[in-house]
Order: sequence, then structure tokens, then C-alpha cells
Amino acid sequence: MPETFEVVVNGDVVRVEPGTSAAAAILMAGHGACRKSVGGEPRAPLCGMGVCFECRAEVDGVRHVRTCQALCRAGMRIITDGI
Amino acid sequence: MGSERGRKIVVVGAGPAGIAAACAAAEAGCAVVLMDDNPTAGGQIWRGGGGREAAQWTARLEASGARCWYGACVVSAAGGTVVAERDGEPMRIEYHELILATGARELFLPFPGWTLPGITGLGGLQALARGGVPVRGKRVVLCGSGPLLLAVAAHLREHGARVEAMAEQADFGRLVRFAARLVRWPGKLAQGLGLQWALRSVPFLTGAWPVAAEGRGELESVLLRTVQGTRRIACDWLGCAFGLIPNAELAAFLGCRIEAGVVAVDEWQRTSVAHVFCAGEPTGIGGLERSLTEGQIAGWAAAGQETKARALFGRRADLHRFSAELAEAFELRQELKELASADTIVCRCEDVRRRELAGYGGWRGAKLQTRCGMGPCQGRICGPACSFLFGWDTLSGRVRPPVFPASMGTVAAAGERQRREARV
Amino acid sequence: MSEPAPDVLVIGAGIIGAACAWRLAAEGARVTVLESDIAGGGATAAGMGHIVVMDDSEAEFALTRRSRQLWNDLAGELPADCEYRRTGTIWVAADEEEAAIVARKHAWYAERGVMTEILDARALAWAEPNLWAGLAGGLLVPDDAVLYAPCAARWLLERAGAELRCGACVERVESGAVALRGGERLSCGAIVCANGCAAAQLFPDVAVRPRKGQLAITDRYPGFVNHQLVELGYLKSAHGTASESVAFNAQPRPTGQVLLGSSRQFGVDTPEIEWPLMTRMIERAFEYMPALRGLSVIRTWTGFRAATPDGLPLIGQYAAMPGVILATGHEGLGITTALATAELVAGTITGSAAAICGEPYSPSRFAAAHSYA
Repeated sequence: MPETFEVVVNGDVVRVEPGTSAAAAILMAGHGACRKSVGGEPRAPLCGMGVCFECRAEVDGVRHVRTCQALCRAGMRIITDGI
Repeated sequence: MGSERGRKIVVVGAGPAGIAAACAAAEAGCAVVLMDDNPTAGGQIWRGGGGREAAQWTARLEASGARCWYGACVVSAAGGTVVAERDGEPMRIEYHELILATGARELFLPFPGWTLPGITGLGGLQALARGGVPVRGKRVVLCGSGPLLLAVAAHLREHGARVEAMAEQADFGRLVRFAARLVRWPGKLAQGLGLQWALRSVPFLTGAWPVAAEGRGELESVLLRTVQGTRRIACDWLGCAFGLIPNAELAAFLGCRIEAGVVAVDEWQRTSVAHVFCAGEPTGIGGLERSLTEGQIAGWAAAGQETKARALFGRRADLHRFSAELAEAFELRQELKELASADTIVCRCEDVRRRELAGYGGWRGAKLQTRCGMGPCQGRICGPACSFLFGWDTLSGRVRPPVFPASMGTVAAAGERQRREARV
Repeated sequence: MSEPAPDVLVIGAGIIGAACAWRLAAEGARVTVLESDIAGGGATAAGMGHIVVMDDSEAEFALTRRSRQLWNDLAGELPADCEYRRTGTIWVAADEEEAAIVARKHAWYAERGVMTEILDARALAWAEPNLWAGLAGGLLVPDDAVLYAPCAARWLLERAGAELRCGACVERVESGAVALRGGERLSCGAIVCANGCAAAQLFPDVAVRPRKGQLAITDRYPGFVNHQLVELGYLKSAHGTASESVAFNAQPRPTGQVLLGSSRQFGVDTPEIEWPLMTRMIERAFEYMPALRGLSVIRTWTGFRAATPDGLPLIGQYAAMPGVILATGHEGLGITTALATAELVAGTITGSAAAICGEPYSPSRFAAAHSYA
């Protein structure tokens, strides 16, 4: 069993394995969406490979991070924002 | 021309083509830098592992002496220097030869409800699952077109997903003809048959495509058009993509000649721009073996090893024939142009609907007036959709930096070297 | 063809041409607009869309103030995609010397009935928290605005009900007629030449030349900047004749994106990004707003302003050809002055009263032979 660690999604603690993407952590925390579109729709990852920008969220204080490309690190703070 | 030791080669993209190019050039004694936006090598098809062949190539890459930079996203390139962003910081790498192995992305065609959370691409769903998105026990419907459909279905089933149905837009007749022609490539035929056997209990619908995705705030079901009428299937995930399109943006940025969205190359994989090569999917969608073959040819050609490169020309020609078969078998049908209704969002970054795009003669006019394509994806998702829906040329206008969104600090740094040189 | 010739042919469907068509149509003229590419696709698409009153000369002031008023009056009718916002401008003072300039500007505007407010360092920081804290203050001009010009141009053309012909390249202009590439000849009453730098191709003695600019726009960061921020050095950059200059100029788009300019370059007519100048422009911006460094840039682009030797536009009769009215040379103030330009142009053609005197912008002021160094 690989060593798991904790990340925080919108204030909730999630335990993940190494190699987990921030996008996966968002889903595992029970949030169906990473962001809101300009029209207010909930949006989640589409392409899974970093080109669609639908999976954007704030990671460790930096906005517009593509969470499908960001690997979780211990203590990572993820906030799904409205942007 | 003998081997050019110490020649600096930069390879952009660490999928199979890039890995093969880097190995070939590094083994020939060149100083190779391999860079990729992703956290690890493998590209899409070998994401998160990839089996024995992938492991062999990765080991060969490690032994080759090529330096690998991951999480490095190319922002600009010109005159012998690549500028990339890594961890928010600019990096500049100089090259004598540049090999573009930027791969492909999926073609998304809009249909009502396609923006609901839970709807992804085919390769996209596989990539997300490999990144830890839970699929075990989840109901999955896969649709769209191409060999990825079966491959992704099999992979997801292996990981415990309940694949409820697969819907391929190509007709049964076309697929049968394609299968018959696969006898020329027994390995691929065996692969295909193996997949079909593994998926024998999963309904495989041909001449079928999604007409709407339904749900409140997230995906609940999909409505499929099938030869026998519409069918509604409840599901947790819908993987849907209509084939692959080249990631040709960096090549276009460099001024390489692009024909019908594909980067034009000569027999040495050279583009129309001096010292710039291109290998793999951007020269024509063709799958793993074509990427590996073209990657090696490009790597050897860049390293001056023409004899070694030439030895693979026959194999490449054969794989080009396979590419042509693929394109014909999975050609997208005209009905797909009507999937998007007037209210369907076409540009997801800016929420531009189809009806707003009516009446424009071209991409630029539509962009300026509606904001379509002005979001962070820089038109990578909506551009190809608009090309298919309206026949617009959506690639050639996009030649300004940054090739990929980058921080203001990195964009500033991209001009620094030129400035310092100018002062001297 | 039995249709009568249009009363007015407007060459160029950018913001100037669109505004002229709109104004002329409102005064009863039948207008045809000829555009070589797409409406609003030239300098109109490249600029910042800043509607700003300027004090560098009485003539510039008269034109910008009148036009700003006309835009503000029109604001309620503009559709949402024109993105009109009365963000106001803050002219930023970097040090005490510039703070003194701010005080003089405040007085100058007050004498002429334009409302402005002096901001000290604290007030500036409160208004714009992302500005570097060491600045001296600024001048707030609350009635300045921003606009998305390509949509405004389209709307003006629609309201004009003018016939718009895109892909129509004018090769030659005579009194009462134009010749298009491909041989077609169109007769008309008056001709308004509103095609920016291209006016010099139609009339070689018209004193406009291209001045290249570059911009960058970020992803969405709502609240990062609230007003259009311009450094006082902008005036020197705009009105100087240096071959290359940059000035800090940042705009909040209604989307939350930050639009960054500005740069000026003579002698280059290719549309590629000039990297060294882009770097200079961005680094200048970092001096005022260090927090810009971490923002994600989505796009950069270039455009060509039509510049004249004295920085004032050319609006009025082209002396060498009766019936031809020039409306070009607006440099960086095309959006701002479009409506007042249209008012002057319409006045010249229909005789309607104009609110300001058109003399300072007369093309005849360059009647004597001139040359650019």
C-alpha cells in the first residue's frame, strides 16, 4: 500500500496516493465541479490533458491552475473558485 | 554527413514520438533536451505507465543521456531558442535543431448538454482515471469515433468501470471494410480482435452518436441516436470525442507550412522552416507505431545519421497507408454538423452559443465580435469544432505568443535575451 | 443598376468610418461603407478602447471632451457586447515632481469644467491596492470610460443602416467616384476617407504614417485593477517622435481580464510581436504594478495607429479633391474621438452645426510640402 498523504479541497481534508492529480482530489472530496463558467454553469475536466482549461482551480494560492496536470503534494490547498 | 556530436537538439513533447526522437539523437552523440508539459514522460497513450513497450522505451531514454524537463510548457520559440515556463518561472533553452513531437488532442463536437460535469473525452477519461479519478463501479458510456473508443473501453473495464455501451458514429459497413483491410497489419488486427473479445459483453453500436446529455448540474444520462432509434442510458461518466487532431500550434507559430491542419514535412521529417523537424501525430494522425517510427527518423536526421533514418522509410510508408485507412474508416459524417442546436455552447471558455456564431464568414470576424476563441484555451477546443461546423480556417491566424498561456513574468523574460544582445 | 448613387461613400469600416456612417445616416444621408477586410478589424480591434479626455493641447482637449460627452450620452443605448464601463482613468504620479504635474492638470481641467480629483498616496493605494505602494498619488478622471470597440463599430454600422461591403478594396479616389480593385467604379456624392494608415496609399501627400503598438491580455482576475491606469509619461510617449517608446497603461476589462499596453514604434510595418519592446513594456508595468508578474497572459497582439506630424487628426476637406473628406490620423485616440470626428465630418458634408471648431484638425494645415525624417 503506497504511502498516502493529505491535501485540502475547499477546506475538506482528502487522503490521496502519490500520482493523484488535483482534479481527482477535487472529485474525491465530493465536488463535481472545478469552476463556474462565465455564464454561471458548473464545469469539470473535459480533455484530461491540459488543453481545455475547464479544470482550472486555485492551487496553493495560484489561480487558473490546470488541476488535471497538477500532481498532489502533501498539504496542497485547492480551492474551486467561481472563475 | 557524419554524426554531429554535441549538436544541441531540443525535442518538444515526451510522448512516443518525442521519446523515440530523443533516444535516437542522444544515442548518436547529440546533446538532447526533451521537454514536456506533463509531470512525466509518456504523452497521452503511455500516460501513467503504458506496458512493456513503454517501459522499454523509457529505460532506453534514461540510458540515452538526454536531459528531460517535465512540467515545462513552451511559450515561444525562434531563432535557436525555446522559451518555456516551468513552475511559474521562465526557462530558455538553445538549439541547433528543434524536433516538434507535440502529439494530438481530441476533437470535441458540441451537442446539447455537453458542458455538464461528467462529460469528458475518450482519452480524456482514461487520462483522468489514470490520475486517480475514481471509475470503479461507475456507469460509463463511451461514444464518438476512432480506435480510442475500444481501447479506452477495455482499459476502463479492467479498472472496474461498468461500461454500459459504446457508440461509434461510423457505419457498420465501413468498420467491416476497415477490419478486412487490417489483414495487412496483422499485429493491429490481432490487437483489435483482442479488444473486441474483451468487450464482447458490452453493446457496441455503430452508426450511433449522442444527441443530448441530460442532468441537473451534472451528468445523469445520455440520449444516443442509434440505427434502431434513440436510446437513453443512465450513466455517471460520458467519454465522447470524435477522433484526434494534430497539436500544430507551435509549428504554426514557427511559420511551418501547415496543410489541412497537418504539418508538412519532407522525407527527413523536416518542416518548411530550417532546423525545425516534426514527427508523429502533428504530421498526420496515425497512432503509436507511426509516432515511434517518425520520431526515430527525425532524431537520426537531426543528428546527421541519414543511413539509419533511411532504413525506416519503408516502415513509415506502410504506416502512412494505415493512417489513410484510419482516416477513411472513421471519417466524420455530415449529420454531426447538426448536433449542436442554436443554444448549444460552442466556446466553453467564453460561453458563446452556436446562434451567436451564425452569419460570420470566418474565424477572425466571429472571434472579434463574439469572443469565441479568446479564452485561455486559445481556441484549441472551439477552433476545430468551428472548422468542422462552419468550414472556417482556425489555425493559420494564430501565430502570436504565448503559444500557451504563461505568466506575465515569463512573457517578459522571452524578450530579454534579444534585448541584451541588441545592447552589445 | 437603377439604384441611385449613395449620398456618401465611407472608406473604412473601423470605429471612425462606422461613427461617420452612423452620424451621416442620422442626418438623412444614404451611406455606403467600403471595407477591405472585416468591419472593426484594423486598429479598432487592436486598441485599448479607452475613452479619455486629454489636456496636452486645447485642440486635443476640445475634441476628446466633446467626443467623451457624446459617448457618455450614447452609453445607455449600447448593447452589452460593447462592454461600455465608466471605469474612470487614474493618471499615476510616480514621484513628487509628477504629483506637481497632477496638481496643475487638476487646475487646468477645473478651469474648463472637467471634473477630476487629486489622489494622494494613501487614496491611490486605497483605490488601486495592486499598485506599488511607493507611488506619490494620481489624478482621477471619473467620467472617462472603456469600450469594446469592434462591437461598437458593428453596432454603429447597424444603426446607420448603411450598405456595408466587405472585401471592397478602394484603389483610386476621384471627386465623386472611387475605383475598386477589380475594376468596379462607384459614383457618389461625398467621400469620407476613414481608413487609417491606408489613407496615405490613396493620397500620397496625406501626412499619416503607421505607428505600431503591442498589447497583452491576461486571464480573468476580477478586482485586480479598478480604473484605467496610465502613467504620466504616457503623454511624452504618445506625443514624442522617438522611434520607440513604452508607457504603463493598464485597463480592467468587464470580464476581469487585465489589458496591458502601451508601446509605440515608427518605421515597422510587419505585424509580428517585437520581443524587446514587449519586454520593455511589461517591465515598465512591473514598476507600477509588481503583482502583474504572476498573472497568466492569454494573448498578445499588435496594431498600427495612424499618426500625424503634430499628433492631431486630419478631419475635414481634402483640398486637392473637392467632395473628399479626410477622417484619419487619430493615433491612439480613435475610439475616444470617433463620435466628435463624425460630428465634424457630418457638419462638413451636410452643413449641420458642429459643437466644436474644426479648424485645428484641418488637413490643409499640412498644405506646405513636408517630409518625415
